[in-house]
Amino acid sequence: MSFWSLANPARFMSLSARALPVLSVLSAICLIVGLVWGFFFTPDDYRQGSTVKIIYLHVPSALMAINGWLMMLVASLVWLIRRHHVSALVARAAAPVGVTMTLIALFTGAVWGQPMWGTWWAWDPRLTSFLILFLFYLGYMALWAAIEDPDTAADLTSVLCLVGSVFAVLSRYAVNFWNQGLHQGASLSLDKQKNVADVFYHPLLVSMAGFVLLFLALVLARARTEIRARRLHALRLRERMA
Amino acid sequence: MIRILARDLRLAVRAGGGFGLGLAFFLILTMLVPFGLGPETARLAGIAPGILWIGALLACLLSLDRIFALDREDGALDLLATAPVPLEGVALAKAGAHWLTTGLPLSFAAPGLAVLLGMPWPGHLWLCLSLLAGTPALSLIGTFGAALTVGLRRGGLLLSLLVLPLYVPTLIFGADAARRGAEGLAPGTPLMLLAALSLGCVAFLPFASAAALRVNLR
Repeated sequence: MSFWSLANPARFMSLSARALPVLSVLSAICLIVGLVWGFFFTPDDYRQGSTVKIIYLHVPSALMAINGWLMMLVASLVWLIRRHHVSALVARAAAPVGVTMTLIALFTGAVWGQPMWGTWWAWDPRLTSFLILFLFYLGYMALWAAIEDPDTAADLTSVLCLVGSVFAVLSRYAVNFWNQGLHQGASLSLDKQKNVADVFYHPLLVSMAGFVLLFLALVLARARTEIRARRLHALRLRERMA
Repeated sequence: MIRILARDLRLAVRAGGGFGLGLAFFLILTMLVPFGLGPETARLAGIAPGILWIGALLACLLSLDRIFALDREDGALDLLATAPVPLEGVALAKAGAHWLTTGLPLSFAAPGLAVLLGMPWPGHLWLCLSLLAGTPALSLIGTFGAALTVGLRRGGLLLSLLVLPLYVPTLIFGADAARRGAEGLAPGTPLMLLAALSLGCVAFLPFASAAALRVNLR
């Protein structure tokens, strides 16, 4: 069975019906373990006190906000090149989840920034580029909602997603150029020996895994809803024709 | 392509409204700024480059939905799509006409308005240059947005929601170049990045606009 057989909606539905409960349960376990471990069983940071614990929400949601857009980009490319409807619907399903993750990241960042930097918001490159990402998500969803014909909507939003990705990257660097920031560097990167102290690092990893699984589960659930809505629409049309 | 360009220019000049409206809007916006922020010269001079850039951007935005909507209404767009010119060329010509009727006059009007805001002298030249280098990108991005929303009945608000986030890099580099010029720093780097952005838009965005037009005309 190749990856592309998922492009058959029936196959996708049957497979996702089996995958969805597994993903949901796994994500719930990871989130509960990661968050409880993070919130209650890690020591307070020596400089930041207990506020450091919001990291278990902030970093994973920021991660998924960006990767959500990346996933939409891949799904849009698959739709433009191979015209698989499931792909377009998955891109559509991912947008509201991604925008929620962006909001969570912005909000927890504000809550964290208030005691640490003394301000809810600063025009810092990272913060600003997240706000721009949020606007991109809004525009993308608005375009989906504005167009009647599903294929036209899928085509136009895919083109928008491609162009938007290029400009999102451009804005990221332009904003860097524009202002030097308050936000610390990346908390996690592969090329550094030590990023965050181990006590914080392990629960963070678990909670990140939880967010990834949660994202996948939500997108799958929403994609299934989209496919059902599409079928319902087709049935209604057939009824009207008959 | 040249003929499409000439036709659009003639339409903009003769069919009333389109040509001068952007400039009038720009003037009024500049006039509103001192009312909103108070008339102290020092403060106005400090923010003048940024305000003028935002004004130019909004004036561009205002005229975007005219690019394709009128042709769509009278059926000319379908004729253009079946013409021997590729649709990419049509999109480029349309963007060019938009730039000649808004971006170019705005660039030359901006130094005059900078006087009203009390911007220091060497800044005028850099403001004009930065607008000349940046407004083509605004027109091309706007043409793409207009192509996306041409099939919609009330696309105006949606158009601005789609286009404004795409304008961010242009605005950052443009305003930065103008500000550095006004403060006597070297504006070379942001100006070059701005020019690179415009050239990149010329190279790639007509294809995206044409793809969107094809979908909408299907």
